[in-house]
Amino acid sequence: MALVEVSGLKPFSETSGQIFGTRQTHLVDRTNHYSFGSSVREFAVPVGEEPSGFLTSCNKEGGVNIEMNHGTTTLAFKFRHGVIVAVDSRASAGRYLASNDVNKVIEINPYLLGTMSGSAADCQYWERLLAKECRLYRLRNNHRISVAAASKLLCNMMLGYKGMGLSVGSMICGWDKEGPGLYYVDENGNRLSGRMFSTGCGNSYAYGVVDSGYREDMTVEEAYELGRRGIAHATHRDAYSGGVVNMYHMKEDGWIKVCKEDVSELIHRYREGMF
Amino acid sequence: EMLSAQGFGGPGKMKEYHYAGAVENRFSPYAFNGGTDTTVIGCSGFHGDCLTLTKIIDARLKMYKHSNNKTMTSGAIAAMLSTILYSRRFFPYYVYNIIGGLDEEGKGAVYSFDPVGSYQRDTYKAGGSASAMLQPLLDNQIGFKNMEGVQHLPLTQEKAVQLVKDVFISAAERDVYTGDALRVCVITKDGINEQTIPLRKD
Repeated sequence: MALVEVSGLKPFSETSGQIFGTRQTHLVDRTNHYSFGSSVREFAVPVGEEPSGFLTSCNKEGGVNIEMNHGTTTLAFKFRHGVIVAVDSRASAGRYLASNDVNKVIEINPYLLGTMSGSAADCQYWERLLAKECRLYRLRNNHRISVAAASKLLCNMMLGYKGMGLSVGSMICGWDKEGPGLYYVDENGNRLSGRMFSTGCGNSYAYGVVDSGYREDMTVEEAYELGRRGIAHATHRDAYSGGVVNMYHMKEDGWIKVCKEDVSELIHRYREGMF
Repeated sequence: EMLSAQGFGGPGKMKEYHYAGAVENRFSPYAFNGGTDTTVIGCSGFHGDCLTLTKIIDARLKMYKHSNNKTMTSGAIAAMLSTILYSRRFFPYYVYNIIGGLDEEGKGAVYSFDPVGSYQRDTYKAGGSASAMLQPLLDNQIGFKNMEGVQHLPLTQEKAVQLVKDVFISAAERDVYTGDALRVCVITKDGINEQTIPLRKD
């Protein structure tokens, strides 16, 4: 029955033999596109070849032109009044700019945000799946999922495909019973809780700016300015970041979207007299 | 092969969708009417994967219609296409897709994809072999980018169709794979209007 499948309940006779649970994955050479809603995830792999090697051979030199959207700077930090999340908005496919206004923050629920860096398709897919799992958790258990648990779900999804060439660098931010939460999860299965993270190819520039301006007792406006500067300077120096700064503020009663400002205008403001 | 799509709201409330036929197979349509009268999907890249993908999308659209008793909205088709493409994450469909249609409010919607399913909604997008040449032109003419002190006049249907014809004529001049013919699909709330325009045949 459809409801039994969706809710994940299994008759007793089936559960006894299962250790991996419903998140078992199959690798097939031709996916069945018509079994939606099934709890078993199917991915097609090339026959006779190692999956991650196959995709890396699909580049310009190999005569094929498959390029995926990449490249980012994202940052997030906790401070006295919550968590600030700031991301850029550029998607590059190889050296071509696929888009300059991508949304790299997924709003999982009013108390949880996830950022995306690395491969756009991987991040969009797995974080959308995470949003579905968080919603199911809320329906099954009648309380919202904690940030630690949500990040652990994503981390375990990544571990299931470790070594197959996924590229995900995500920060899960939220506010739950323990207070503000910030976790960094990546495709290797690293899951770290911390006070400040920055991901993407522009992260070193963002770290420099935020590290030098950070104080735990900043006011909200100072924190906004710090997040804006971090992203703006990183996009200036990193070729694969740019576009606009999308900034969110995670507060006790949920997140708010603070601003969406064009990076070139910010840089002109900050470096007046330089150009 | 190449295609481009642009969508915009405003009084025209319409969306355009165009594609060009391949050099090898004289006239082979790449724009695929999704069984609905508000959405068109265009695929460029490896033609074999384009055909398979459109077959699968067609079947999924019919299944949705039969089980839910309504046609899929453009946004829903976009989300579904994203998961179909991602199911081949490790052995991708070599297809660059653009979906054009009307959203629930009747405004133009364009969704562009990469081969493994990442997507976003745009106002206009060019895809295919000449996309890098044409996207800047669309940025300038529709997005008014890189111009200062110009009035942002909303695009009318006639101007939009003319712009697209010009864009494809330019593409046919400078891209070896683009040419032969152009099929323009104009989607308005009154339905889909198709016209075929010849391009350079060399």
